Amino acid sequence: MSEFLMPSLGADMDAGTLVEQLLAPGAPVHRGDVIGAVETQKGVIEVEAFQNGVLTEWLVDIGSKVPVGTPMAMIATDAATPPKPEQPQPELPDDAPPEMPQTPEPTPQPPQPENLPIEEPSPVPPGPEIPPTDPQQGKARLRITPAARRLAARRHVDLSALRTVPHQTITRADILGLDPVTKPPPATDMRAAIAAAMSRSKREIPHYYLSHMIDLTAADRFLAATNKDRKLQERLLPAAIVACAIARAVEKYPEFNGHYTDGAFAPSAAVSLGLAIHIRGGGLVAPALLDARGRSPETMMTQIRDLVARVRAGRFRARELSDATITLSSLGDRGVDEVYGVIYPPQVAIIGLGTPRLHPMIRDGKVVPRMAARMTLAADHRASDGHSGALFLRAIDKHLQEPETL
Amino acid sequence: MTQQDIQTALTEELHRIAPDIEIDQIDPGADLRDEFDIDSMDFLNLVTALGKRFGLAMPESDYDKMRSFDDLAGYLRDKTAA
Repeated sequence: MSEFLMPSLGADMDAGTLVEQLLAPGAPVHRGDVIGAVETQKGVIEVEAFQNGVLTEWLVDIGSKVPVGTPMAMIATDAATPPKPEQPQPELPDDAPPEMPQTPEPTPQPPQPENLPIEEPSPVPPGPEIPPTDPQQGKARLRITPAARRLAARRHVDLSALRTVPHQTITRADILGLDPVTKPPPATDMRAAIAAAMSRSKREIPHYYLSHMIDLTAADRFLAATNKDRKLQERLLPAAIVACAIARAVEKYPEFNGHYTDGAFAPSAAVSLGLAIHIRGGGLVAPALLDARGRSPETMMTQIRDLVARVRAGRFRARELSDATITLSSLGDRGVDEVYGVIYPPQVAIIGLGTPRLHPMIRDGKVVPRMAARMTLAADHRASDGHSGALFLRAIDKHLQEPETL
Repeated sequence: MTQQDIQTALTEELHRIAPDIEIDQIDPGADLRDEFDIDSMDFLNLVTALGKRFGLAMPESDYDKMRSFDDLAGYLRDKTAA
């Protein structure tokens, strides 16, 4: 028997709200299965089981906000336990109140001098799903289908205003019947999350910075030739090639890949490349391309497509937020020449890539126009020095000159 | 395929990618990426959706003919008329 805990999805998270229970008690669970969803400042995160077993009960009600580390569900992990086919809880009539609502008391947060207090700017209305700390909140349980909750979140419907009929489940049709709210949600939660993480980074991490101009002509030609006869859904973007080059280079320079925690740097065997992704309407997240080591440009591209699509939909997996070991911030086609990142703790490095454009470069003694971009490295001086940082950037450059070997 | 069909399809696909931008507030002759604040992944998704919808290959070498809303509508009109 083990407890499934509210995960920590980054250094800046201290609590989350359970918004979906995707498995019923009695359902078999496999490692990696998404068993629920948690609303955080960064959006809705799917949480995965870490072991095989059977989900025996939920300890936290949908809609409850609980601190990181709170047990949310019990999982019987005996490998021999067969999945139970019988109906769960047959003795409870359908509309009976849930036995002993397990909503934990609003636990007082211990003072955390390490984290910036997340202030509530005064004139902002409450967000749609993270309810204000309200003593009534835990008592009346909101019954709502997952599809309805998703739709409500998309339409920025204030769910607390819907609680008019007791014991009735809110469905998608109910949400559809409401006047759509056109007002965008206050971006303050995400801004607060960014503020907390970046302030901590600048307070704790002694950054150093390097910059290197990279000729992208070879990569550009390789992409044009590769994409020429490819169907739309098989085409590569430059990001896939750059991600492969970084994943390859970091194998030789492990001091840029890992986490600095408890006063020491621990390099990571896996390479999980965080991608800083801009969110329409403000803010950004940097979820990881998990286990990027050894991937071909094609599988990298598939993974990037999938990740970006889910970020746009405001949905990612817990591991994608907590497991990034190094981050890439790429300005894309319409940016400026260079970007110096702020390291996302507990990581120790962030690579910046400026917008590629034609630069005058010298080849064979002549000045010629070449497609090029400036790549930067911001790294943690507690884990590495500028010397190895320079070698690391040159290694990425070298891989980008031989894109066909990636 | 009428001009109206193409405009409708293009408007729908752009709305899916950039729901916060009103189509009547953009400059149809200016660069789509600027007008809709879309990145290269969004653009690839847009072209992929349109390619599927109209059964077109939309080769990368034609991307330069798809710069603005009007360019893209014209490109789709020419290709679907063939």
